[in-house]
Amino acid sequence: MDKHDFVIRFAGEGGQGLVTSADALARAAAHAGYYVQTHSTFPSQIMGGPASSQVRISTTPVLSSGDGVDVLVALNQYAYDHHNEDLNPGGVTVYNAEEYDLPEGGKYFGIKADELAKSTGNARAANMVTIGAVAYLIDFKLEEIDVFITQRFTRGRPGDDEIIEANIKAVRLGVDVAKSTGFTVGQLQPAVAPDYQQIIITGNAALSMGAVAAGLNFYAGYPISPATTVLVWMENNLWGEGRFVHQVASEIEAINAILGAGFAGKKAMTATAGPGFSLMSEGLGLAWMAEIPLVVANVQRGGPATGLPTKSEQSDLYTCMHPAHGDIKMPVLAPGTIEECFYAGALATNWAERYQGPVILISEFGLAERGENIRRPDLSEISTESRTAVSEGDTGKRYDSWDGSTPLPGMPIPGGSGAYVANGSEHDEIGDTTHLPRHHVRLMERRFKKLGLLDGAHYEIENADADCIIMPWGSSKGPAREAYDRLREQGENVGWLYSVALNPLPEEVKTVLKSGKKIIVPELNYLGQWSSLLRMEGYNAESITQYTGLPFRPADLVARIGELIGAGVTA
Amino acid sequence: MSKRNPEYDFAWCPGCGDFGVRRALQVALEAYSAEHEELQANNVVVAGIGCSGNMVHLVEGDQPFGIHGIHGRTLPIAFGVKQGNPKLNTVIVAGDGDFLSIGGEHLGPAANRNVNVTAVVMDNGVYGLTKGQSSPTTEFGKVTTSTPFGKIENPVSPLKLYMSIGVTYIASYYSSKPRVLATLIQEAMNHEGFSIVHVQSPCTTYNDTYDILKGNAKQGIKGVAFDIPEDHDPTSAEDANDLLSRPGVPLGVIFKKEGKTLQDRYEDLQAKAPKRTNDQLLDSYLLR
Repeated sequence: MDKHDFVIRFAGEGGQGLVTSADALARAAAHAGYYVQTHSTFPSQIMGGPASSQVRISTTPVLSSGDGVDVLVALNQYAYDHHNEDLNPGGVTVYNAEEYDLPEGGKYFGIKADELAKSTGNARAANMVTIGAVAYLIDFKLEEIDVFITQRFTRGRPGDDEIIEANIKAVRLGVDVAKSTGFTVGQLQPAVAPDYQQIIITGNAALSMGAVAAGLNFYAGYPISPATTVLVWMENNLWGEGRFVHQVASEIEAINAILGAGFAGKKAMTATAGPGFSLMSEGLGLAWMAEIPLVVANVQRGGPATGLPTKSEQSDLYTCMHPAHGDIKMPVLAPGTIEECFYAGALATNWAERYQGPVILISEFGLAERGENIRRPDLSEISTESRTAVSEGDTGKRYDSWDGSTPLPGMPIPGGSGAYVANGSEHDEIGDTTHLPRHHVRLMERRFKKLGLLDGAHYEIENADADCIIMPWGSSKGPAREAYDRLREQGENVGWLYSVALNPLPEEVKTVLKSGKKIIVPELNYLGQWSSLLRMEGYNAESITQYTGLPFRPADLVARIGELIGAGVTA
Repeated sequence: MSKRNPEYDFAWCPGCGDFGVRRALQVALEAYSAEHEELQANNVVVAGIGCSGNMVHLVEGDQPFGIHGIHGRTLPIAFGVKQGNPKLNTVIVAGDGDFLSIGGEHLGPAANRNVNVTAVVMDNGVYGLTKGQSSPTTEFGKVTTSTPFGKIENPVSPLKLYMSIGVTYIASYYSSKPRVLATLIQEAMNHEGFSIVHVQSPCTTYNDTYDILKGNAKQGIKGVAFDIPEDHDPTSAEDANDLLSRPGVPLGVIFKKEGKTLQDRYEDLQAKAPKRTNDQLLDSYLLR
């Protein structure tokens, strides 16, 4: 049976090469012209513990990690017991026969990958034995795997040829085992390779790359899952004239350091997750009050407290929008795909400069380490905005009143003219503390008015005249889009609304919201945070929530949205 | 209170030690700028929260840039300013509560980095702005509004603390002689590395220590402040530790050590680090 899409999951224990296997298959498939998306779950520990890594391979761009699994590779009994229920009808499990056995007669077969790998003369080629078996099951072209192996192991060292030969042989041994069982799960349709240049990148790398493309030149951060790889990326790459990167002693240091740098004229950023974001609250309030450009990326994990450090949740929206005490509503960008991570990283950097203030960039575990092949961004299309400068002889003051009818006055930079005090207490025009009502009133209005400058984020509106409109945010976009497409195929009259910018919302998006149509928000939290924020604005929104620590499955969303629509009909 | 800004509505109490420190800071900033032929705008004053932090609004004449931030975070903010633009002369003004209690966690990292900023710490042994609570340097047993039956914590010894964590310039003084204090602050600004000028700055309302510091002959009080002996070698850690083992408040430079600053070390690393354009970086992800 021809299929356009397969999910292959490797499950076992951390440290067994699960991610390596999924990544190898993803790269081979991407090279062959398919679209791929990987997804991993693992416990918060260095080695061991139940873990899994999967790849979805498709002839069309992959929107989510899918519903079920077509081929499960279960490396131990625990993995089999916990993942076998996710197997699609027609799916097959490959189990590790060196570790455990299953009774005769199921849709599975055992493989002794280590033993077979040894027979090739390279004991480390065991994962290639398994990949060979998987390739046979989905009728994946072996030549593409050979190309991948040749590229991976051509490192200009003596012995490269032997390693390549052993790995290619290992693949064939895996194929032979699978062939002898008589199982297949279908034929992967031929790939239609995109005609543009592609990169294969994770969400955290894309977000970092985007920020740097817009001119980011200062980064301070502290390790925390799942944001750590942003710090590591910056420590490796943010070098060169005029740039600075440093691992500081805490998230409190991080936010205050980038605040100092933003004040001094830098485009500064930090990335963190929930617990670190909580520690940054006070500093974010200062940045809002004193109007200092900076970007804080919150790569969400499960909360509250330490919560679920290595799981997916979208439960930090309230705190991102209103992170600190006092009247504050932060600009928030929440990309939903790997590609959007790149452009949102750039836009967040530009927004901070444009409105002279802090910007929150929300990502998620579900995007952070997920690999995907996307169009290589054209850097010449990325604008790099810089805050308006103050020139000698400018008579304006740093904290003059501003009503939005003129360009935002410039921001003085230390060393230049226009000296002022960036003050977290309410202040007068030059930043000196004052408690006079008129200053609090005029600057409160200035701070909120500036949000009106923030536009240019990606949004999508389709079939807005439908009675019910699906409006996901962040990474729930992918599964929600798959659900939407399936509902439309079934003739359901549903609409689609999506915005990377959650504050401020684009006018076009607000127009749809204001129509009073029922807005259905699939989101990964308990409180239904985005729908409740929309209801606060008077919009007719309702959530479909999930708080398992896992992403939505499109099939579940089809069912749950279907229920909601049905209820609407009977009413 | 502020000559330059009649709307600024904050005032120190009469006799506050911070007046003297403000005067010293202003003299030091002007002298430093003149010495380096720089504009006053090349100075950044990062202020903590409390009475002392208001100093940032009280510098007269040509204005430095300033940040009046949040309680306890002067060090990381100043770190960001300095590494954001290493050419800026970055000076912290903070009280003992701000610097040593809520902000104490930042001292060790700042010393480890040898970040090239100067901190002028005003120690009055009390939280003044909130009306007289116990502070890190309040002595054991003292009755304050928050320790009505006596303080039960030991006080911190700031100078010993700075010495133990590797601060590379440590001076101690009091607020009563602004001209002398100004020369210490200026010397600290010129020091390449993390420098602290710890100043006894009495609170006339809640903890008036002028007599204790300087003595009062009429009342038979002998002051605890003492001039540092001529033969003290501030480049010797041994001398510095010996000096700090003596009771009382030493007046002058306690310790001074030359070495690489964070920026120096960073520039060393720059030579090793890859230099890739954004396009080259992006190309490292190309699907091949």
